[in-house]
Amino acid sequence: MHRFANPARFLKIARPLTGWLFWPGLALLLIGAACGLFVTPADYLQGETVRILYIHVPAAWLGMGGWTGIAIAALMQLVWRHPLAAVAGRAIAAPGALFTAICLMTGSIWGRPTWGTWWEWDGRMTSMLVLLFLYLGYIALANASARQGQTVGQGGVSNVTAIFGLVGAVNIPIINRSVVWWNSLHQGPSITLRGSSIDGSLLWPLGLTLLGFSLWFGAIVLIRMRAILAQNKVEARMQRLARG
Amino acid sequence: MKAKHQRLILALAALAAIIGAGLLAVSALKDEAAYFYAPNDVKTKGVEPGKAIRLGGMVVKGSLKRAANGVTIRFDVTDGKATVPATFSGIAPDLFKEGSGVVAEGAFDGKGTFVATNLLAKHDERYMPRELEGMSYNETTHEMKAER
Repeated sequence: MHRFANPARFLKIARPLTGWLFWPGLALLLIGAACGLFVTPADYLQGETVRILYIHVPAAWLGMGGWTGIAIAALMQLVWRHPLAAVAGRAIAAPGALFTAICLMTGSIWGRPTWGTWWEWDGRMTSMLVLLFLYLGYIALANASARQGQTVGQGGVSNVTAIFGLVGAVNIPIINRSVVWWNSLHQGPSITLRGSSIDGSLLWPLGLTLLGFSLWFGAIVLIRMRAILAQNKVEARMQRLARG
Repeated sequence: MKAKHQRLILALAALAAIIGAGLLAVSALKDEAAYFYAPNDVKTKGVEPGKAIRLGGMVVKGSLKRAANGVTIRFDVTDGKATVPATFSGIAPDLFKEGSGVVAEGAFDGKGTFVATNLLAKHDERYMPRELEGMSYNETTHEMKAER
């Protein structure tokens, strides 16, 4: 991992990789969404409403996956002092928050016609909303520490921010298990190690959108990492100039 | 011991402590964070009449009856262990039907009937095309079999 401690070496790989993730990701998620809208059959119970699944599930996956990434980056920052870890954590936060918000919104839109409510305080929904607030807190902490310049050489995330990222990871298994531990309005997990209770004829576009959104998420993170690195470089140069 | 290893041990110890604290909190919340009472919870723990709760379970097949006034429905809610009669006046969600999940908000009257003020439909984790409807489903293996 420390091979990439040198930003120049990281950028040499990140630049071409961005395009390789961005365009295939976009193509896959568009194909998956189109197939989910027009090709798959309607659900026996929910009818056409079920099609929101193809956006809702990838959004939930990336919202939770994003925070897992933040926690790993935080660990690498705190333990190994990896110079890119903080940059990665900060880069993941905004798209992670965005996908969490998309998950909550699509869930709400889905809940109205199926359950008969926009919002209920059950375990799954509440813990997912907590995740969104965690993201907002992380972004605020990261921005504040970057502005105050406490983080020279750390890419703009203080150790306090990293600890917050690590602590917040407790919420991820809680979200995952919330429908198993507690009675909830949200149904239990459909896809488990034992198999899928989503019939194959409805399942396959989900694979496409999951992979597509994930690749796209990776591309967004790389773009943001490159932007943060460029910004750090500009700021360092400005400081040198100011000192004369 | 290198500083790096010290930090690693410290971080892992802190992480273990946080996860432990989280699990403790969650297990303490186990009953309080339940979104609804199942009929068996009502039977074993007892819920006093008039206390606003949510009651969740399956609508018993063949129990759904519409009263003469046309807006009041009566049905039984079960979790396999216990069954509770319920009534509701108003518009039920589209997915509310016999043999399907329901979460009812309301309170028990003095006679042990649950008077719901709002109904929410709870569906299970299965998704399938209409052609497969009516096939029996094994919850542990996710296998579907044609019903005979």
